[in-house]
Amino acid sequence: MKLSCEVNVHHLTRVEGHGNIQISIKNGVVKKAQWEVVETPRFFEAMLVGKHWENAPYICGRICGICSIGHTLASIRAVENAFGITPTTQTANLRLLLKHMETLQSHILHLYFLAAPDFLGAGSVLPLATTHPEVVQRALRLKLLANDACDIIGGRRLHPTRTVVGGFTMLPEKGELEKIRQRLLASVPDLLASAELFKTFAIPDFSRETEFVSLKGDTSYPFIGGGLVSTDGVVKKEDQYRAMTNEYCTQGFTSKLSKLSRRSFAVGALARLNNNFPLLHPTAREISEFLGLVPVNHNPYMGNVAQLVECVQVVLDSMRLIDTLLGSPWQEPRQQVQAKKGEGVGAVEVPRGILYHYYKFDTDGKVIKADCVIPTSQNHANILHDIEALAGQYAKTGKQDREIELLAEMLVRAYDPCISCSVH
Amino acid sequence: MSEQLSYLGVPLARPKVGFFELSSCEGCQLQLLNNEATLLDFLNLVEIVNFREGMSERADTYDIAFVEGSVTRKDEITRLTEIRRNAKILVALGSCACFGGVNQLKNRFRDLEWVKKEVYGDFPIETMEVHPLADFVQVDLSIFGCPIKKEEVERIVTDLVVGKTVRHPEYPVCMECKANENICLFELGEPCLGPVTRAGCDAWCPSNRRGCWGCRGPAETANLTELEKIMHTYGFDSETILDRLECFGGFASFADTLRPKNIAELSSLPAQTKLIPSGCKKVPARRKKP
Ligand code: SF4
Ligand code: SF4
Ligand code: SF4
Repeated sequence: MKLSCEVNVHHLTRVEGHGNIQISIKNGVVKKAQWEVVETPRFFEAMLVGKHWENAPYICGRICGICSIGHTLASIRAVENAFGITPTTQTANLRLLLKHMETLQSHILHLYFLAAPDFLGAGSVLPLATTHPEVVQRALRLKLLANDACDIIGGRRLHPTRTVVGGFTMLPEKGELEKIRQRLLASVPDLLASAELFKTFAIPDFSRETEFVSLKGDTSYPFIGGGLVSTDGVVKKEDQYRAMTNEYCTQGFTSKLSKLSRRSFAVGALARLNNNFPLLHPTAREISEFLGLVPVNHNPYMGNVAQLVECVQVVLDSMRLIDTLLGSPWQEPRQQVQAKKGEGVGAVEVPRGILYHYYKFDTDGKVIKADCVIPTSQNHANILHDIEALAGQYAKTGKQDREIELLAEMLVRAYDPCISCSVH
Repeated sequence: MSEQLSYLGVPLARPKVGFFELSSCEGCQLQLLNNEATLLDFLNLVEIVNFREGMSERADTYDIAFVEGSVTRKDEITRLTEIRRNAKILVALGSCACFGGVNQLKNRFRDLEWVKKEVYGDFPIETMEVHPLADFVQVDLSIFGCPIKKEEVERIVTDLVVGKTVRHPEYPVCMECKANENICLFELGEPCLGPVTRAGCDAWCPSNRRGCWGCRGPAETANLTELEKIMHTYGFDSETILDRLECFGGFASFADTLRPKNIAELSSLPAQTKLIPSGCKKVPARRKKP
């Protein structure tokens, strides 16, 4: 039986940013199992020093092309918390709706374009356009809906133009929101078909006990601000994020890494769902159960399923939000901002997990210190330990190199890593 | 997917296209996937042979290489040179590639060691001053914007495929803004770089009541002295102008002339972080083009 294996993946494909996987197994013993992050750092935290507060969300949104809305909102929240600004209900609802549409856009992109080809035996989504046209059309429909909604609310699907400290530069037309609501309702069959499709995928049988960190919802499934929680029982306030992230640097990673109660922890859709399952919409919960996902689930490959469940969650909740917004006349879009000395934290659940922005301002509202802790950087150590455990599990099974390579690639992709963002 | 393209009755081969990224947010590449309505038509026009973000297969030769991001580490110079060697046409995709983008904001600090320490403490990390692609290789075509406008890219790619000359507007964003019948933001108390920025985005930001920050770089007719006057007339200080002009790197030389006026205002910064005043900034030597 084949008991040795060499896997060497340079610049893993179908993920955002640059990372390498190396596995070496000799005579059934794992000699090396490595996840390496080689992305170039861009130094956003240094760039901001000396800049006036209004630059922070504008520049920091550019940390990530996929979750630019999430970064912008976390940054705005940090500035507003530092200045003691509470968003109006209208602003809070519009922001959450915008956030939901980014979550939908990002999850669909990941599930259909990045993850699904592995399960359907393709190298990319391109051949699927011929072999599974209805699948690709469905993905494009869902993504288009989410992107159109982001354009209408945030002004632009990528690097939003209307989102500012204090609210929005302008509001969407009510008729446009009404149309989005109709399209959301019409998208439900597409989501159910997605669940049926993912039900047919063979999720690899692998699990490793993991600590999961996320926001903790009080009355609703959490996305913007609130308390922090881990499945190992750690509970912290939003502004104590450093005690939750404990960042450190190590060889082989140009990104920082995090740990909490154990050597590593995980954030993301699976972590959110593990910590907030009862707060899901009943339909989303039902679909989760249908797909075999009930908390606490320790199989990282189930991250894909958790994302799908969240697609259902955000679509249903978006309809509720639109009903609320349409139910009352528009108020002022934007409140006055008075800068002051102080510091603030903004914690936001972006598609890949919990994101923190922190700024400290001088009396003129200029940044003295900035800190951004990215979901994928919190996941890196966990990905590394998962790869070790995966290699260990398959070391003596005689699997071909390519099979183990694919399992490792799919494992990393299941975290939907945003590597350039994690290095920033 | 195999329909034969033709231009004026002449059959055209689908060009092999590769997408590559240096230091970037990958947003410009994402913009291409973001055009759901025409994505499949677009894919029909070209043969994508290299797109790490989207597919597993990779090839080493391509007709058109789209390169996103700026150069911020030595190994990126090597990668870029290699991409240049394998490509017939090299396109700089987005403001990071064209001007350095937001990444080049770190160049405004005098001390690169301070920049590293501010983020990584004593952990050793490699970086260098940020450069646009054209500092190292010949760039055949630039697509401006942070992010790029997807309709514009598709138009440009179509023009490339059918062999038309690609032209950028020479006039400023204000022209498009007026065509959209927007109320001028200056009247609403907002600063805007529309008068000096190259058009082509259809006044994306002003149409959403957000001032232009100049992501597409200067228009041919840009009069920056005039802009400074307008800004001061409406009560905006030099720092507000500078924040916008220096954000994406397109106005680097003019931003340098504004910077010294602001250094005095930044007394809260420790000495070594002091921003580089114009004249002291070492202008990077242009590398020899291959
Ligand atoms: S130009 Fe802007 S959108 Fe494009 S890669 Fe650079 S930061 Fe991202
Ligand atoms: S809002 Fe900006 S782009 Fe529009 S007219 Fe005024 S200055 Fe020009
Ligand atoms: S309006 Fe200005 S900042 Fe906005 S996209 Fe156009 S050029 Fe860029």
